[in-house]
Amino acid sequence: MSEKTSTELATAEHHGEEPLFPLPPHRHRLTDTDPRAARRAERQVATMFVLSALLVVAFVAVYVGVDVRSTLNLGPFGVVNASNLLLGLTMGGAILLIGIGAIHWAKKLMSDEEIVDERHPLGSPKEDQDAALEAFQTGVAESGFVERKIVRRSLIGALLLFPVPLIVFLKDMGPTDVNVLRETLWKKGDRILVDITLQPLRPEDLNVGTLVSASPEGLNEVQELEHTQNARAKASIILVRMKPEEIRSQQGDNWDYQGILAFSKICTHVGCPIALYQQRTHHLLCPCHQSTFDLSDSGNVVFGPAARQMPQLPITVDEEGYLVAADGFQQPVGPSFWERG
Amino acid sequence: MSVIVKEAGRAISRADERAPISSLLKANLRKVFPDHWSFMLGEIALYSFIILLLTGVYLTIWFKPSMTEVVYNGSYAPLVGIKMSEAYASALDLSFDVRGGLLLRQIHHWAALFFMAAMVVHMFRIFFTGAFRKPRELNWVIGGSMFLIVLLEGFAGYSLPDDLLSGVGVRIVAGIIEAVPIVGTYLMFFIFGGQFPGNDFIPRLYTFHVLLVPGILLALIGLHLILIFYHKHTQYPGPGRSNTNVVGFPLFPVYVAKAGGFFFVVFGVTALMGGLVSINPIWAYGPYVPDQVTAGSQPDWYIGFLDGMLRAMPNWEWEDFLGRTWSWNIFIPGAVMPGILVGLLLAYPFIEAWVTGDKREHHLLERPRNNPTRTGIGVAAIVFYGILVINGANDLIAITFNLSINQLIWFTRIAIFIAPPLAFLATRRFCLGLQRRDREKLLHGRESGQILRLPHGEFIEIHTPISDDEKAVILSKEDYPVVAAPPATDENGVRTPGLRAKRWRARLSRAYFGDNIQKPTPAEIEAAAHHSHEEHDHEVEELHAGGKEVPAVLGPDSH
Repeated sequence: MSEKTSTELATAEHHGEEPLFPLPPHRHRLTDTDPRAARRAERQVATMFVLSALLVVAFVAVYVGVDVRSTLNLGPFGVVNASNLLLGLTMGGAILLIGIGAIHWAKKLMSDEEIVDERHPLGSPKEDQDAALEAFQTGVAESGFVERKIVRRSLIGALLLFPVPLIVFLKDMGPTDVNVLRETLWKKGDRILVDITLQPLRPEDLNVGTLVSASPEGLNEVQELEHTQNARAKASIILVRMKPEEIRSQQGDNWDYQGILAFSKICTHVGCPIALYQQRTHHLLCPCHQSTFDLSDSGNVVFGPAARQMPQLPITVDEEGYLVAADGFQQPVGPSFWERG
Repeated sequence: MSVIVKEAGRAISRADERAPISSLLKANLRKVFPDHWSFMLGEIALYSFIILLLTGVYLTIWFKPSMTEVVYNGSYAPLVGIKMSEAYASALDLSFDVRGGLLLRQIHHWAALFFMAAMVVHMFRIFFTGAFRKPRELNWVIGGSMFLIVLLEGFAGYSLPDDLLSGVGVRIVAGIIEAVPIVGTYLMFFIFGGQFPGNDFIPRLYTFHVLLVPGILLALIGLHLILIFYHKHTQYPGPGRSNTNVVGFPLFPVYVAKAGGFFFVVFGVTALMGGLVSINPIWAYGPYVPDQVTAGSQPDWYIGFLDGMLRAMPNWEWEDFLGRTWSWNIFIPGAVMPGILVGLLLAYPFIEAWVTGDKREHHLLERPRNNPTRTGIGVAAIVFYGILVINGANDLIAITFNLSINQLIWFTRIAIFIAPPLAFLATRRFCLGLQRRDREKLLHGRESGQILRLPHGEFIEIHTPISDDEKAVILSKEDYPVVAAPPATDENGVRTPGLRAKRWRARLSRAYFGDNIQKPTPAEIEAAAHHSHEEHDHEVEELHAGGKEVPAVLGPDSH
């Protein structure tokens, strides 16, 4: 097609000012022509409204009569909370029936003859535009906003600064010492406690191939003291045991203890705790975004969106034979941050 | 009946003495709204919002937005004696010990999911029919902003119960905020009142969720509706419909009954869902503890595309010479891409208006086929979004279909670049094909499937003329001119100002409309009718007139 014809067509053509074809003749519904059908529709609508009212009564009865803890066995659908089910059915049914009744009424009994409204151009008439502009100009002139430069400029300056307090208030929303992100509870000699039982671990408690979640002794006291879970969010670790010859590399010399390795449990991507461990490949998989780390190779990233290796915690045993941290973490745990370095 | 009318009249005149009610009613009671099922989508969104406000107020009666640690002692036995935040404990209490509490919570959650879904589909309708064109660009921007705000609002509400599933979601958001260059760590510390998770987040989020955002939304929805009322609703093309009229039913009584009734339908269905279908069973996840996670963690569906993007992103991270960390792997999918996507969404009406140079008002909706490039862009966007949503559930897909998660992610990484352009091209072609078919239908009528052999041996297919209704729809097509690039210099050798932009515009205009199939002119239609009459109908009619059996009619209607 050529550009010329296209332009001609578009400019020659009216922009839908007049309908090209008239409205088709109106066809009557059965309820318009047959009084019996109309009465039937009337009865249907009224029935729905009456049923709705009855369901409200039923709702109140359920609220009063059905214990909030009682259950119903629905066979294949399992055991459900009876109160919730019946309250939902009665309330939902009552509301729904009002809606269906009203729409049925509109569709069957109210006039269904289409009517036509004209649209008018949206803008104000020219006189109004002129009058508005003039009123504005008068106002500007009377205020002296243009001539009185010093007033104008000082006002603008004051208005620009006026939000400053509102922003300054926000300063105390939180502390700004980001170095806390580099610290965890772990320090040399801390015993490693298994999660849930909170018992200290001995090397012989771990078989080759197992993974346990653990935390430092003293975590619970700190949590009580600070009333937050902040310490736990950083100090949580996992321990895995593999055959020493399977360890290809570590983040430090002899950071393992007889094939037992300790890593942070917090993903270096966006911080999900990780405990999906594949024994055969020694891969650790994050359930949130599938970052995969090879624990036999310094916890390096082998797949997924995480960019950093899982920080390793050096471990050893104390004189009583319990596993302890040989030192704290040597790099920040958890997601990267601007100042991490 | 007459009593009702009389009493209403009295009430109105009493009110009129205080405010000009009658003028308002006169202008609007019989205001015409066009009828189409797709106009209900926005209504569903609006009604869901009202349901959310209603049920939300009830939830605030029992919910305690506090992170103070308490020991649970309610009636859900598996969690008795376990330490948890007061927020989670109160969410459990209102689910198990308050009559109807669980129902209200489930209605609230279902309504939120419907709200988002209705907004998305409503936006598709607006986009594909060009309803965002002048004078409705501002309303598109308001609507698109609401989409983003509701997404945040939904996530906030989902996070408030402080269960294990939503807590992991908050942990991820904290990680994304930390990845913002320069200010990220401070931002995170300010929002959380220090390190993650701290003690401040839930109460702060609560104010955001129940006060700040609903207030903003209420204002935006009000503005959205006022503009719809002021512009008058768009309508689909058809007989009797034009760009300067609006054909439909009056607000009172038809739409008061239909739209009002539809509010009750939406509310009723949502309440039935709340009673019948369990949603977000927080008790099954347990309280949030920062060192625990559930496998197969999934956000609510509308967050899925963001999570899918986060999963698909390669692990790019820089450390610059000052030792600063640039977490591209998180910042791009978590903040840059959502910003670009929303920016494109909001800017689209202005981009298209610039390309067409069209300054007219449009009240008649455009059929998607008649703007193949726009439709192609829309479908490409849906495919892009769809791939990300699917990738957001890739772990579940991998388990369900026994596939490799790594291969699935690689599939997404490649498909996200290849599939949308393919979808664009295919859709565009498809639209142009439909345009050709429309042209054919106007010129020659619809193929009847009946093959006729004429006495001299020629085979023809009988075409049946299309109805006026159908013609009205097809002829509503607007043939946009392709904007030509101006010459580099005018006749005096002066360089055309803004030449580069104008050349771009010409290129885009050609891309948009260069391949469009012109609809036939009245003269062409006339000529075609005459021609086909001469050629075939004449002979067929003769055969019929002669009372002879029509020879060898083949096809679906032949027996």
